Amino acid sequence: MPVSRFIDGNAAAAYGVKLCRPDVVCAYPITPQTPIVEYIADFIARGEMASKYITIEGEHSAMMATVAAASTGVRTFTATSSQGLAYMQEGLFYAAGSRLPIVMAVVNRSMGPPWTILAGHDDAIAQRDTGWIQLYCGSGQEILDTVIQAYRVAEDERVLIPIMVCFEGFVTSHCYEQVIIPDQEEVDSFLPPYKPPYKLDVEDPMILTTFAPPIHWMGYKKKHDEAMEAARKVIAEAEAEYAERFGRSHGGLFQAYRCDDAEAVVLTMGSLASTTKVVINKLRELGFRLGLLKLKSFRPFPREELKQLLGNVKAVGVLERNYSVGGWGGAVFLELRSAFYKVADGPRILNFVAGMGGRDVTPLEIEAVAKKTLRAAQEGKGEREVEWLLGEIG
Amino acid sequence: MSDKLKLKYESYRELPITPLIKAGVSRLVETPWHLHGKPQVNQAKCIGCRLCWLYCPEGVIAVKNGEVEVDYARCKGCGICANECPVKAITMVLR
Repeated sequence: MPVSRFIDGNAAAAYGVKLCRPDVVCAYPITPQTPIVEYIADFIARGEMASKYITIEGEHSAMMATVAAASTGVRTFTATSSQGLAYMQEGLFYAAGSRLPIVMAVVNRSMGPPWTILAGHDDAIAQRDTGWIQLYCGSGQEILDTVIQAYRVAEDERVLIPIMVCFEGFVTSHCYEQVIIPDQEEVDSFLPPYKPPYKLDVEDPMILTTFAPPIHWMGYKKKHDEAMEAARKVIAEAEAEYAERFGRSHGGLFQAYRCDDAEAVVLTMGSLASTTKVVINKLRELGFRLGLLKLKSFRPFPREELKQLLGNVKAVGVLERNYSVGGWGGAVFLELRSAFYKVADGPRILNFVAGMGGRDVTPLEIEAVAKKTLRAAQEGKGEREVEWLLGEIG
Repeated sequence: MSDKLKLKYESYRELPITPLIKAGVSRLVETPWHLHGKPQVNQAKCIGCRLCWLYCPEGVIAVKNGEVEVDYARCKGCGICANECPVKAITMVLR
């Protein structure tokens, strides 16, 4: 029987990992990810998990040891956050370029300086071009379910790309909620053992991920991109099957809420979606035709699916916890606008930069975002294309 | 798996998902880049100490029946063997 436990987001990630039976776990602790590492170490110490646990001296080594373990054809897990993620960047390229289906929890924390340990998506967004799939979660339940789905997607022979399961530091990682933990047998039947297409094998020796001559190098990159494109379908398939088996759905690539007849839509990722949902419901009661789009998959960016869904909407307000300095907008905003390039009568797209460095995003602020987006929909123009939610500095 | 790998590909679609090479393919390829000439061994002077075999960075020196054999198809001509030989039994001969 599935059990319901009152746990925090980090524990939800750890329970998800435990159910996936990774052969090797190798991670270095960093706030706010540390409890994941501790929970998993506890599971292994108590004999509840049969994984090999490698203690290691830093994030660069953690990723490289995970890459090495995954190269032998086994299931692996690691986790990090912020500065640690940046420190392992070389390894991120290594994992993705080697096409190893590693799953990593990234507890999003803004990059310092200015120094902080609090939430922001800017750490993972900065790694968007490393070739990893990035799935953003907004609740403990979503984290647990996404970790299980992530292994299924990453190990699919059409994909074979490592996955970051991202969720915000403290607001999601340390927030307690009821989380349903499914049966081991059910997870086992959803997630069969990993069958690697190649591996380090003494019986069949090969040189892995070696030098590629100039005539080949771009071909490997192109194949990686094609697999990333295929991942859009595989993510949706995995979500559909998971929903059928476990009775829970988080939308796969994204979740659309009250978007059908909406004039304007607020698009956001992770935990901000739940606050936005409350605001949308309140404004709907007052007669405002607003919807919410919770984007889960930032890589692959579901541009065709979003174009279809938002094609009839007049304005989209992108509320996001990251900003590209000098790039005139957050990454999601820039990519959404790019997706709608040359689409006649596409929506007006506004950007609201918020919640970095742990700054609270209040329902009142989101209400203003929603109303401004609606005004842009009705008047065909926004006050400003990119607005920072800075409020009052106390 | 390694049996399916090739050395030449017609299009990028045929490439494996990441660069993979069957172990030992360097045995199939000749790389005779004799930068500082070919090491010539005077077998009469050789005392069989095997320092040349030990120091050869390419692993192309073998000692068989007390005689030093150099695999010239893969020797790079670095001259380390000649430099290490305590009795100067090896000389680098430029073409």
